[in-house]
Amino acid sequence: MMDNNIKIDVNKLNFYYGKFHAIKDVNLKVPSKKVTAFIGPSGCGKSTLLRIFNRMYDLYPNMRVEGQIMMDGRNVLDKKEDLNMLRAKVGMVFQKPTPFPMSIYDNVAFGVKLYEKLSKTEMDDRVEWALQKAALWNEVKDKLGQNGASLSGGQQQRLCIARGIAVKPEVLLLDEPCSALDPISTAKVEELIHELKADYTTVIVTHNMQQAARVSDYTAYMYLGELIEFGDTDMMFTKPSRRETEDYITGKFG
Amino acid sequence: MNVAQSTLNQVVLAEQTTPPGNKDKGALWDSIFRNTTKFFAILVFCLIFGIMLTLLYGSLPALKTFGFSFITSDAWNPVTVEFGAKVPIVGTLVTSAIAMLIGIPLSFGIALFITELSPKWLKRPLGIAVELLAGVPSIIYGMWGLFVFAPFFADNIQPWINDNMGNLPGIGFLFQGPPMGIGMLTAGLILAIMVVPFIASVMRDVFEIVPAMHKESAYGLGATTWEVVWKVVLPYTKIGVVGGIMLGLGRALGETMAVTFVIGNAHDISTSLMMPGNTISSALANEFTEAVGDVYTSSLITLGLLLFVITFIVLACSKLLLIKLAQKEGKQS
Repeated sequence: MMDNNIKIDVNKLNFYYGKFHAIKDVNLKVPSKKVTAFIGPSGCGKSTLLRIFNRMYDLYPNMRVEGQIMMDGRNVLDKKEDLNMLRAKVGMVFQKPTPFPMSIYDNVAFGVKLYEKLSKTEMDDRVEWALQKAALWNEVKDKLGQNGASLSGGQQQRLCIARGIAVKPEVLLLDEPCSALDPISTAKVEELIHELKADYTTVIVTHNMQQAARVSDYTAYMYLGELIEFGDTDMMFTKPSRRETEDYITGKFG
Repeated sequence: MNVAQSTLNQVVLAEQTTPPGNKDKGALWDSIFRNTTKFFAILVFCLIFGIMLTLLYGSLPALKTFGFSFITSDAWNPVTVEFGAKVPIVGTLVTSAIAMLIGIPLSFGIALFITELSPKWLKRPLGIAVELLAGVPSIIYGMWGLFVFAPFFADNIQPWINDNMGNLPGIGFLFQGPPMGIGMLTAGLILAIMVVPFIASVMRDVFEIVPAMHKESAYGLGATTWEVVWKVVLPYTKIGVVGGIMLGLGRALGETMAVTFVIGNAHDISTSLMMPGNTISSALANEFTEAVGDVYTSSLITLGLLLFVITFIVLACSKLLLIKLAQKEGKQS
């Protein structure tokens, strides 16, 4: 991997919930405009790691981080970094769809309104663009005024992805985005991840190994807070170099 | 619905497999239970109609004498037997408006701090303090208002208000007048203090049920705490928040003892908030014992009926507000 293709460079990262050491000495280079999957058994720290990338942990007390995460030459973990600007640059989608209690249109426009003053037509264009990108436009174009909660679960999740894309972030963090979805919706979201790859650096946490194999270019296997192995997804799933990884992906354990 | 129905079917199936003796017993108990709760629920209707009817019946003599001019007349003269409800109605609305104007933002701030910003160790003590405030009897607020707050207000704050707000264009007249300590403004302020614990504790409870993931989604887009609360938490909890405000407003409209202590009980309408006034409930409390003659008593009962009507209108308005808000959010399905 060439260095200028690295979007997120994690250096000696340690993370603590109070006294619990949740992330142990993780070093990781997330490549730009590729899909990177974090896999591992429950409690291995993969979601925690993801939530450090946009400093979501800052919302809660008793959490401490050590180390460095470089993104575009700046240390994300630096206390002086503008948190809101960071989060505008790093979009996040959660386990369950979280449509805000407002119309579909307003849901997508929500993040945009925080940073940009757009005219009505510009905003219309942006909302349409984001919904197109999220492969939702055709399903909702006639009911943009309806409440976001009126959509089906899969549509809601794509709405949340559209909301994340609308602010034009550089990185998309997906925290088990399909765990609450049916297989058809899951397939749609996975297809979407494929298409978004061209424009965004995507990091996805997943419990589902087939999903990691399907959607990602690179895979990181984590266990008990440590990064066990990181590499090309095809390699990881055919010839893992570590015994632990092999045991996990072949289902002997986890 | 479907899930509930299928569970219901399962339950029915399960019941059918149990011996018939048990089933009959269960059905009997079920029907007793169902009818008892039905009876309790219907009791609510009976009570509300009973109260309405007695108030209407009691106010007939006054309404016959004065007609609808009772509402618009500001007369209140037991000697000449002339009564009108304008002064107490205005007093009730004005004091409650002041209470809401101050109480709502204050409660919102308290609830916001407790749920979103407070360090963990301060959360519980703050919450308990708010609940304790709600438990203080209104007579205590009245006494405290009259003996402690009113003199302090008259000596230290009212002169400042006179000097600094009495000259404001447009609203200056509201703040002119002698610093007596008691009056509409004082009553409004005491009411504000009284409604805060109600509104704040309801707001806190409903803010706390917003799923963390929803808030994180908004934070994740780069929203500030204020934006998260204003644009996500508040719309999400609007029914509870409006409910809490209505609870507080209901208390403010009907509060008797504390207001009677500090409002001055004067049957005058003054443009100044510093002047004494009267509210419906304090007029009732003050004058029922000395009311002689049918028309006097009946006028007081009519005041009670009017308070009932005002509360009803306020409640209806809050429901309309919620419907309007829901429309703004788009159709639900």
